[in-house]
Amino acid sequence: MTEVIDDIREGVDRETIETVQAMAGKYKYGWETAIEMEYAPKGLSEDIVRLISEKNEEPEWMLEWRLAAYRRWVQMEEPRWAMLNYPEIDYQDQYYYARPKSMAEKPKSLDEVDPKLLATYEKLGIPLKEQAILAGVEVPEGERRVAVDAVFDSVSVGTTFKEELKKAGVIFCPISEAIRDYPELVKKYLGSVVPQSDNFFATLNSAVFSDGSFVYIPEGVRCPMELSTYFRINAENTGQFERTLIIADKKSYVSYLEGCTAPKRDIAQLHAAVVELVILEDAEVKYSTVQNWFPGDEEGKGGIYNFVTKRADCRGDRAKVMWTQVETGSAITWKYPSCILRGDDSQGEFYSIAIANNLQQADTGTKMIHLGKRTKSRIVSKGISAGKAQNTYRGLVSMHPKAKESRNYTQCDSLLIGDQCGAHTVPYIEVRNNSSRVEHEATTSKVDDDQLFYCRSRGMDEEEAVALVVNGFCKEVLQALPMEFAMEAQSLVAISLEGSVG
Amino acid sequence: MSVAQVKQDALAARIADLSFAEKGWLAAPRRAALDRLSAVGLPGKRDEYWRYTDPAALNAPAAAPAALFDPGDEPQVFDQIDRVKLVFVDGVFDAAASDDPRLSGVEIERLTEVATRDSHWASGLYGALEARGQNPVSRPQAILNTAFATDGVLIRVTGQAKKPVSLIYKQGSTTSDVILHHCIQLEAGAELTLLENGAAAARLNTVMEVEVDDGARFHHIRGQGRAHERQAVTHIFARLGKESSFKSFTLSANGRLTRNECVIEMTGENAVAHVAGAAVGDGDFHHDDTVFLTHGAPGCESRQVFKKVLKNGATGVFQGKILVKQVAQKTDGYQISQSLLLDDDSQFLAKPELEIYADDVKCSHGSTSGAIDETALFYLQSRGVPKSIAQSLLVLAFLAEAISEIEDAEIAEDIRTRLESWLERHER
Repeated sequence: MTEVIDDIREGVDRETIETVQAMAGKYKYGWETAIEMEYAPKGLSEDIVRLISEKNEEPEWMLEWRLAAYRRWVQMEEPRWAMLNYPEIDYQDQYYYARPKSMAEKPKSLDEVDPKLLATYEKLGIPLKEQAILAGVEVPEGERRVAVDAVFDSVSVGTTFKEELKKAGVIFCPISEAIRDYPELVKKYLGSVVPQSDNFFATLNSAVFSDGSFVYIPEGVRCPMELSTYFRINAENTGQFERTLIIADKKSYVSYLEGCTAPKRDIAQLHAAVVELVILEDAEVKYSTVQNWFPGDEEGKGGIYNFVTKRADCRGDRAKVMWTQVETGSAITWKYPSCILRGDDSQGEFYSIAIANNLQQADTGTKMIHLGKRTKSRIVSKGISAGKAQNTYRGLVSMHPKAKESRNYTQCDSLLIGDQCGAHTVPYIEVRNNSSRVEHEATTSKVDDDQLFYCRSRGMDEEEAVALVVNGFCKEVLQALPMEFAMEAQSLVAISLEGSVG
Repeated sequence: MSVAQVKQDALAARIADLSFAEKGWLAAPRRAALDRLSAVGLPGKRDEYWRYTDPAALNAPAAAPAALFDPGDEPQVFDQIDRVKLVFVDGVFDAAASDDPRLSGVEIERLTEVATRDSHWASGLYGALEARGQNPVSRPQAILNTAFATDGVLIRVTGQAKKPVSLIYKQGSTTSDVILHHCIQLEAGAELTLLENGAAAARLNTVMEVEVDDGARFHHIRGQGRAHERQAVTHIFARLGKESSFKSFTLSANGRLTRNECVIEMTGENAVAHVAGAAVGDGDFHHDDTVFLTHGAPGCESRQVFKKVLKNGATGVFQGKILVKQVAQKTDGYQISQSLLLDDDSQFLAKPELEIYADDVKCSHGSTSGAIDETALFYLQSRGVPKSIAQSLLVLAFLAEAISEIEDAEIAEDIRTRLESWLERHER
């Protein structure tokens, strides 16, 4: 401890530093639920793919689809172009399917769900009751409600407000259920945005995804409440591979939230998800993520390896999509939520805060593919590096010859806290017509000493002052989040940076 | 056939007709380069570093023929500047056409003449900075140059050069395929302005290694162009000592394929590196600026300013990187790449990168692409300026930031005049 205290900057009192030291590496969701699990045998093979399909009682065409993906995946090589450094992943040394034993018989309603599971979500702040509470923000009944699909390891344990949504014509259910109940919709759209062959991790997901959420908003419907999925990894040595498919039919609207956490463990765990959004004429989808997977400890032990493929296809004219992400967790983040702006006058937006502390590494960004005329996109990315972390923004803006009169504006800012971390920017800009305008700007700086000094002179401790300055730096992105998430994200930004000063 | 085998075969074909001269102290760095080249092979279209420029024409066993360019009575860039001219015709030094190379404070020698001289100062530089510049990205065309260069100049500057040294490259044959390698050493406190221009060859590969010692100042102004069919890959490798300054500006007009690589490493405190370029292309024009700037010491300043004006299907590429190492606190890095697309067929492809490991830095980059501002054009026309002149004015204004990087007012004016003349000739 003494050597730590020797390092203290002038003017920071001992108590603050000690508190900060004690809190360093604190992760609120690091506990584990003791529950009896049922696993598929370790490793990956055609048999495992068949087993997952069988457990989900899938039709033959789905199994064939999975097997085709698996056969392709075996031939593929893991991409290594990202600025990420991690040990080789042994794909045979983990479980691809784990479900609580109590879920063997599908519960017919939330009342039948194992109380242990319900308690888990309760503890996470996501009560699986049909009431309007999320993340501690109380909202009067009937105003803003959130329907939740809760995914626990490989299975969905329950979905709230299903009946009420059904009345509005909205389908919101686990994807495993959708494959059985709405095969026509799934067949038509699954893999149409992220094809099986898209990339190594998406192909792996196509073969082994076990559950996830399915949303269909019919023509002209404004989804009566926010939809959300909460992903929890609980079992050890288990990868989570979920797949989300959202279809917004003509003139519809939906706001979708996604949250995720995992227990604190010494061994890294794999998470490879695929999210596909199909947005038709005049429809709009807002997709917000607060990613708070276990980031590993201060020495970089454990944590989630997060390899995610997210893509929105604005198929119709005037379709609109907005990705908002707050990436605070995961040891490794490899994630590029993208927009294909196919319809004329369609719009894509990407707002991101990526925070990497301790030994976390994040390589994240977006792709804006402008195909239609007068398409617009906006990218606002805020990267924050602290400790020994590496944070990379990687993005592509592409204006095709036919995307006349299109616009893009990109802003990516990086903030460095401490001299052991790195912040990198790798944008690709491809402009193939002259009526489009593309603007890109990026800055890198450190936390402003004057701003810190000001806060400190007003009696804040250094930790609080940094959190405040960082929150100010992220403001543009935080404002884009739905209210429930904004509150959580704001405090997450502070928590993630704990222990990074001093 | 495996990818590696294809690459090896392509390399064998590329170097089959090149002569590998192993003379004196040149033998060791050349042999080492040949080994390095065999290990990495030639660049491929699928290499990330060649994402936007197809290296096929540079890799081909023979140069595609390029018609000789007749400038008529049009003055050439730098014609008005008092300078020491060193002329190369198809890559071979032409003493008769050149000026007396004696200049106070400057030693000028020909690479092929000093190879056998023992303990020559350049023996420690030839291929050394080029080899350092191969990490983290390999630059096989530069390695090939080190191994097979047929001529070049060695310039050592010990004081203030009174006038610029000017390298003039003339093309004599339609199929000339030239590899030139220059080494330049600026000793502490020395200063030199180096000019380069000329059509050079159907295909040109140059490497210039520049060692700028503490407090020395190096100015480089280059005019590439006018001959339309030429293809070129050029490399500058520079290392900057304490409080030294390196400024390079390139004007490119036309050329079927040009790839200008610039690799600068600042190893001394408070060094300054500025790299700028103005490129104007009409039609079958592919121009690629690839810059890699390393801040390896505290307090250094770097600026990259690249502007491109593209029309009739021309392509502009910019790959720029600023790497700030952990020791390089108080870095000031700035990078801007902009293109003006005069019509719908032209394209601009950019990858401006920042890689930063120090926290007390000020780094920014910007990149824009778009058409000429219609309101500005309308304003000028409403004031009675004919459209074509208004357009030229706006284009020159767009390029001004890059030209202002040239310190010498006379040379800057000369460059501006050359650009105006190009715009006049390419109005349509």
